[in-house]
Amino acid sequence: MGVRLKSQSELERMRAAGQIVARVLHELSHMCVPGHRTVDFESRAAELIEQGGAVSLFKDYPHYGTRGAYPASICVSVNEEVVHGIPGTRVVGEGDIVSFDVGVKHEGFCADAAVTVAVGRASPEAMRLIEVTRRTLAIAVETIRPGVLWSAVAGRMERYVREQGFSVVTEFVGHSIGAEMHEELKLPNFVSPELLRRDILLEPGMTLAVEPMVNMGTHRVDVLEDGWTVVTADRKPSAHFEHTVAVVDDGCEILTRLSGQDDQGG
Amino acid sequence: MPKDAIRVEGTVREALPNAMFRVELDNGHKVLAHVSGKMRMHFIRILPGDRVTLELSPYDLAKGRIVYRGS
Repeated sequence: MGVRLKSQSELERMRAAGQIVARVLHELSHMCVPGHRTVDFESRAAELIEQGGAVSLFKDYPHYGTRGAYPASICVSVNEEVVHGIPGTRVVGEGDIVSFDVGVKHEGFCADAAVTVAVGRASPEAMRLIEVTRRTLAIAVETIRPGVLWSAVAGRMERYVREQGFSVVTEFVGHSIGAEMHEELKLPNFVSPELLRRDILLEPGMTLAVEPMVNMGTHRVDVLEDGWTVVTADRKPSAHFEHTVAVVDDGCEILTRLSGQDDQGG
Repeated sequence: MPKDAIRVEGTVREALPNAMFRVELDNGHKVLAHVSGKMRMHFIRILPGDRVTLELSPYDLAKGRIVYRGS
């Protein structure tokens, strides 16, 4: 099972895809005010993805089981929704926290990223959850470099989340990404015996979607009847930040950071 | 969009006694899998060559449980 390393020209194409994702997330974050239905974010995102000449990676993504494919272009997960929230008629209100997850393919290459934002002013604990999750991604980005084992990255993320009194989701993990959204590697945000048995040595040219999902209460999650929406088992809030990054000679390059901006964590 | 940590897909290579199967995962690894209770209850037959969805034990990656026929 070889890991596909990316050439400079492939990285260049992933940067272009990353910029489209970053622009969509930037715009969604700014339109995240009370009164919007989650499907309003979907419409705007679909428009922007098309304008960028890209296609959504999520639309029609097959279910792992026998349920229907993913029906929308992006995921919008509110409060207790961890990931895979299907845009619909839920209205976001003051104090909610909303995660946007956007992935596109552009000229054959993919990029995938997510942010969590508060609608108006959220509770101090919810704001802390967002900041801790953003910081968890930043810790991963600071740790990733050639020669480092993924367990070192995951261990630092997990330890920080625990110290802050929150919990790391274990049923869903980050992944390598490139010509496909989900390439061969699984990148957990925690250390498991499975990871230690088959650890991943980071090398230049690896491209990774790093995505801590942090719950305020229990780490356990449920999947709703729609087969997609993942919610916390205790229905307490959850936050999610993600960047697509490339392992480069001197560390890690974020491919989904909006150029000229520094407001997305990482 | 995060990847599912537990569920994987593969192809049944061999039927063994006691409703156990040898399954080759898409990543080339081979695992020993039993069939989930729900599938046994509904007498869903599994044959070599079938595509199946497995849940892997987080503690022993060589063992799994077939939860769906088809992928």
